[in-house]
Amino acid sequence: MNRFLPRVLMTPAIATLFLWMIVPLVMTIYFSVIRYNLMQPDQSGFIGLENYIFFVTDPSFWPSVLNTVLLLGSVILITVVLGIALALLIDEPFPGRGLVRVLLISPFFVMPTVNALLWKHMMMNPIYGVLAQVWIFFGATPVDWLTDWPLLSVIIMVSWQWLPFAALIFMTALQSMNREQLEASRMDGANYLQQLRYLYLPHLGRSMAVVVMIELIFLLSIFAEIYTTTGGGPGDASTNVAFLIFKQALLNFDAGVASAGALFAVLLANIAAIFMIRLVGKNLDK
Amino acid sequence: MSRHSHVSPALVVRTLAAWAVTLLLFFPLGWLFLTAFKTELQAISVPPLFLFEPTLANFHEVQERSDYLLYAKNSVVTSVLSTLLGLAIAAPAAYSMAFFKSKHTKDILMWMLSTKMMPAVGALVPIYVLAQTSGLLDTQLALIIVFTLSNLPIMVWMLYSHFKDIPHEILEAARMDGATLWQELRLVLLPLGMGGLASTGLLCLVLSWNEAFWSLNLTAANGGTLATLIASYSSPEGLFWAKLSAASLMAIAPIVVFGWFSQKQLVQGLTFGAVK
Repeated sequence: MNRFLPRVLMTPAIATLFLWMIVPLVMTIYFSVIRYNLMQPDQSGFIGLENYIFFVTDPSFWPSVLNTVLLLGSVILITVVLGIALALLIDEPFPGRGLVRVLLISPFFVMPTVNALLWKHMMMNPIYGVLAQVWIFFGATPVDWLTDWPLLSVIIMVSWQWLPFAALIFMTALQSMNREQLEASRMDGANYLQQLRYLYLPHLGRSMAVVVMIELIFLLSIFAEIYTTTGGGPGDASTNVAFLIFKQALLNFDAGVASAGALFAVLLANIAAIFMIRLVGKNLDK
Repeated sequence: MSRHSHVSPALVVRTLAAWAVTLLLFFPLGWLFLTAFKTELQAISVPPLFLFEPTLANFHEVQERSDYLLYAKNSVVTSVLSTLLGLAIAAPAAYSMAFFKSKHTKDILMWMLSTKMMPAVGALVPIYVLAQTSGLLDTQLALIIVFTLSNLPIMVWMLYSHFKDIPHEILEAARMDGATLWQELRLVLLPLGMGGLASTGLLCLVLSWNEAFWSLNLTAANGGTLATLIASYSSPEGLFWAKLSAASLMAIAPIVVFGWFSQKQLVQGLTFGAVK
């Protein structure tokens, strides 16, 4: 075997990814230090850090950072906790388990735009929505979800989409549980909570790392759900960093400020990446 | 567990609980399905209707209002081609990393994953400008390139974790027997790595089909995918739930049905080899 061959084989992937990363990055850095408003093409030129200052002092900035973290944290927490509960529930055979599996995974295949519209209209509409009908049935006042609880609404939609994924990963992991160990612990008089604490949860450690990693990657820049439902509002109540940059670029036509924001998003992604590498590196090493 | 002739109460409770939770989680999709076959009046009836005479009128109207087949074709073309292209680039890299591990392999993998964490919106302005200047705006090609690149890190990682579980000795034995590289890949690696290639391909197909950010921002009436078609129903037509449901159902049915058949393979692949 030629010793250069392995490198040759890796080259296409590394080269394309490198270009995919570096070309937009360099262009973004360039755009971020010039005046670049699509509506005012006559004004241009180097303006230093002005775009950055504008982006960071925008009153929407800190709320959007907070929303990004809240959204990510809540969805990960909800999907991991409920996913484990669900996986434990369907771990052992029962009638119709195959069909349950198929029905459960379905939301994962639904495109975000459909997910968002489905929840916005048919579920969360305060008059005709299914949730409103349920609330009325129990004698409660229907909630105007997207107006009163915009961020929570987005969290519910995204969690609905990712819960099946987490549950099935945990279910796959549970299948390799050591049944004799479980049996032995039962003989020794361990109750279910003790089994959960000392046998099930440690066994699920690696799959938790995988779920957190994949969700981090896909949820850091949630866009479609916000774009099609709340449009980031009311006010900034459901604007995350990704959506704020989008607003600057395509609604305010200010590519310069959007580029400065994009670099901030890259920074945020890197912080998350470091966190992820620590977490996953520890759990995936053999 | 011992088998008795009578059914144990614990099993009954567990079965009921599992089905209750499942139906609850599946309900929104089931409701979408039902609404697609209602009239607009039935769709917003209070209390909600479960029994009604189904109609196909909504599907006709969706097709008349917007060229569903064009968008569907764009979705199929972009997701299939970007998956194939992605596999062609990712598989050699994953093979090389899995079988000729160097001390940089882990760093390269982590770097690749970190590019995936960069939010797409961060690259929006440059990519938009590049697409515009190269005349690729609103074309299938633009989406194929972008989908391939944004899925590449995940593909390399998934293939790597599958390939590294293949025993090196098998490949070495083939080499000792005088197999050329091409024979080694085709006769030994391909059959053993088929599961990994399949689940990676499946995932990318699903991700590309459902991708919304780039489709919304780079394409419109010509190169638009089903995700863009649905987004166009978001504001005024959002009031027409039956039509919205019919369009949504047409957009998700192909990939959901496809997913049902491949879910075992897909979930297995998504565990990144970390979960056995």
